[in-house]
Amino acid sequence: MRPATASTSNALTFTSLRLPSLETLAAWLLALIWIFPLLYAFWAAFHPPAFMVTFDLTAPLTLSNIIDAWTQAPFARYYLNTFALVTGVVLAQFVVCTLAGFAFARFPIPGKNLLFMLVLIQLFVFPEVLIVENYRIASELGLIDTLTGVGLPYVASAFGIFLLRQTFKTIPRELEDAARIEGCGWMAILWKVYVPLAKPTYLAYGLVSISHHWNNFLWPLVVTNSVESRPLTVGLGVFSAPETGVNWATVSAATLLSIAPLLVAFLLFQRQFVQSFLRSGIR
Amino acid sequence: MYSLNAYRGMQFYGVLLLLPAAILLITFAYLPTANTLINSLYIPSFRGEPRTFVGLENYQDLLSDTTFWQVARNNFLYALGTIPTSIALALGMALLVNARLPGRGMVRMAYFTPTILPMIAAANIWMFFYAPQIGLFNKLLSIVGISGINWLGDPNVALSSVIVMSVWKEAGFFMIFYLAALQSMAPELKEAADLEGTSRWSFFWRVTFPLLMPTTLFVLINALINAVRVVDHLFILTKGGPNNATNLLLYYVYENAFSFFDRTYAATITVVILLVLALVATLKFTVLDRRTHYQ
Amino acid sequence: MRTRLPFALSTLAAGLLSTQSAMANDPVELTMYYPVAVGGELTAVVDGLVEDFEAQHPDINVDAIYAGNYDDTRVRAMSAIEAGEAPQLSVMFSIDLYELLEQDAIMAFDEVVETDEERAWLDSFYPALMENGQVDGKTYGIPFQRSTIVMYWNKEAFADAGLDPDTPPENWDEMAQMAAAVRDASNGEQWGVMIPSTGYPYWMFQALAFQNGHRLMSADGTEVYFDDPAAVEALEYWVSLANEHNAMPDGALEWGTLRQNFLEQSTAMMWHSTGNLTAVRNQADFDFGVAMLPMKTQRGSPTGGGNFYLFKDSSEEEQRAAMTFIRWMTAPERAATWSIETGYMGVSPDAYATDALEEYVETFPPAAVARDQLEHATAELSTYQGGRIRQALDNAVQAALTGQMSPADALAQAQREAESVLRRYAR
Repeated sequence: MRPATASTSNALTFTSLRLPSLETLAAWLLALIWIFPLLYAFWAAFHPPAFMVTFDLTAPLTLSNIIDAWTQAPFARYYLNTFALVTGVVLAQFVVCTLAGFAFARFPIPGKNLLFMLVLIQLFVFPEVLIVENYRIASELGLIDTLTGVGLPYVASAFGIFLLRQTFKTIPRELEDAARIEGCGWMAILWKVYVPLAKPTYLAYGLVSISHHWNNFLWPLVVTNSVESRPLTVGLGVFSAPETGVNWATVSAATLLSIAPLLVAFLLFQRQFVQSFLRSGIR
Repeated sequence: MYSLNAYRGMQFYGVLLLLPAAILLITFAYLPTANTLINSLYIPSFRGEPRTFVGLENYQDLLSDTTFWQVARNNFLYALGTIPTSIALALGMALLVNARLPGRGMVRMAYFTPTILPMIAAANIWMFFYAPQIGLFNKLLSIVGISGINWLGDPNVALSSVIVMSVWKEAGFFMIFYLAALQSMAPELKEAADLEGTSRWSFFWRVTFPLLMPTTLFVLINALINAVRVVDHLFILTKGGPNNATNLLLYYVYENAFSFFDRTYAATITVVILLVLALVATLKFTVLDRRTHYQ
Repeated sequence: MRTRLPFALSTLAAGLLSTQSAMANDPVELTMYYPVAVGGELTAVVDGLVEDFEAQHPDINVDAIYAGNYDDTRVRAMSAIEAGEAPQLSVMFSIDLYELLEQDAIMAFDEVVETDEERAWLDSFYPALMENGQVDGKTYGIPFQRSTIVMYWNKEAFADAGLDPDTPPENWDEMAQMAAAVRDASNGEQWGVMIPSTGYPYWMFQALAFQNGHRLMSADGTEVYFDDPAAVEALEYWVSLANEHNAMPDGALEWGTLRQNFLEQSTAMMWHSTGNLTAVRNQADFDFGVAMLPMKTQRGSPTGGGNFYLFKDSSEEEQRAAMTFIRWMTAPERAATWSIETGYMGVSPDAYATDALEEYVETFPPAAVARDQLEHATAELSTYQGGRIRQALDNAVQAALTGQMSPADALAQAQREAESVLRRYAR
């Protein structure tokens, strides 16, 4: 067996030395095309407006676009709103989905399968699809123009419930029984046995949820009215809507401002992000 | 194992655990869905009079609304334009970065980065590319002597421009699922094929692609949902214009509900979207999860 | 006992009085939404004005919320009303009047004015700017960020094309010829003229129609006349700029990026809101001029922009405070400042009589063009169900400009759509 493997891996190296030039070229070209828009945004944000469409490597660098954007719109407040929103939503999702996932995984609930199917429907019917009616409900609950209003419809996430249920189901009952012998109640069992063992799931779900809510636009647009509750995306949309005719360089700067934290986090924790998205994909 | 009482106790406890999620789901998913169906049977209040029950009249209006048909057609074309392209690209990208490649990490990052940008930000950037005359694309084209494509202003081109941007945004996301699937494939398959002297091309079509089918289906479902759900970029790029050439269903709902104050007609269009999503859900639960049991 | 009771009562009364006076000292809180639809740092200008106001009126706090473009602002204000948090006042599209009335959201200023001085204030604005704000003899909208469409032209481009840099086109034919001349002289590097056809296409079209002697709507907002031959001719002219004269690019032209186009000198002329004037002035590195729009049978431009509205569901005290604020914001000195900072019009003749604006107009004559054009102005397209009606017309304009339909067919279709929407509003 061994020699065969060695010889095939030799063959592989051989092919990968002979063929790749074309493939590598294609891969790199595609990568360049794919990253170009972002590079362009950087170019536009850090050069004077005059160099928006003229690429001159000697063009002077400037921070004035960033400063303009920062002073022309309350981005500090938008950051705060988005941070508060994302933190709140993710924490609330953790609590609600943990409880529900635990219930589905371990408790004999009458009509459980039917209930679970009902929950799964929400994988398809998102709050933003129902903007008209959700808006009315939010309005009746007095949630218009509040961060709670932006986040609450997403808290009972079918996706989170599903993920946690799957994870909890894989945890051996013996651990649970051991905890019970030590005198733990259900809540203690959940907290001491299930939650710690599901950490990777929380991380994955958390990262996906963070990027989703950082980027979410339509529902926040509809439900917020003022600077005090607008998240970054809506602030950016309002700021850079084409009819305001805001300077392009400033818009690029504003765009970079609003994606910077997530982008930096992504570049730092690339592996975790990709793993999270992957894990979350296995629905 | 448990006494009947303990069993009942657990049932009760389980229901309690479900309660917060249930209340929220009822409030923000089931109730609004029911309300949407009901409201589509009314027309809105007019000069202080209460709203009126009109039965299926809104649906009749919808059927004779040429804009609706155009929007539905746009959405269909949008799905047709984005889904196969982004899936094919995603698969291609995954194959590329799954092979040995100098700078593989960088390349993979380049493919994936658009995924984590907000649609709004992406649209802002692409707006600069698409602007006629002074936009980047036309500047580049003018170097090779092609002039003046009005990317977003020409109804024959605008939808394609929007599609291209969406593909750019989505392909990298789908890539990672293919990549994961490729990495979990048994290397023995490839070895065997190499021994037999199977060409790479036929290996891909006879082995890799069929093995990736579950991933493809999964990605397809996601892409279908996104084609209906994501309209953020329209707010920046085209506002559904010119002459509704890029209007999509959910954006049409938004227009009717919030620009024209016609909430009941918006509800009627929402019902159509719900029907489409129901189809997608059926597809998922029957085809994709045939072997999965939710116990 | 006897002495105690009055004492108790008097403490109670004193307590009540003091809370009352504390309440009177509490500043009145006002919320106002406002839009920005043109370039420049207008939010900063508005914030500055509001700060000045609050400094002078410590008893009134104004929370001024920038809500996006005109449509966004209407959506935001209406949604706040639905949520039971109606603003007390807002700057909104002057043409939102009928829809705001239909939603029963606003009140007439006539109900709030008390003194003769205030009544005189109501009459102090340019009448052309009041047209969109009045219905049935009552005033609902007070002009604030108001504009007309003007023509910006690049003098250097004119000179390069062998045209007199100081003479803008007087009429449609001249504009088409001059624009074509620029296009030819630049070897296709530069366009002659750009009229934006996204954002507010109906507005531009209204200018063309009015220059051809035609009004697009009835005064009561219940009828429109899109398919009149004069309107068709106007749209045909617009289309011909691209098709026949090769002076304007094909397809829809983006409202938002047009100023950038002008500044990058990719067009020699543009039609745009006068609200862009200061931004263009600050950024143009070439000599430019501003002229009234050219004429067919007459000069003409619709007015445009935003008015102050008073909303119902506010206390009398809030209404008075809102009045105080609106009067302060539209006073001649502020109107002058606002006009200089933005390019929007000074809304009253008194504003142009202030030293500041007088001086500014003297050093920078383009600042007076919008005002001078007012005598040729008409009300902006404003009807019941305005959103749908404008969209029908926008679509028709875009369909014609992009070659999907002939101008006549497109306008006929818009007319049909509009009539079916307006059917139940006919009086």
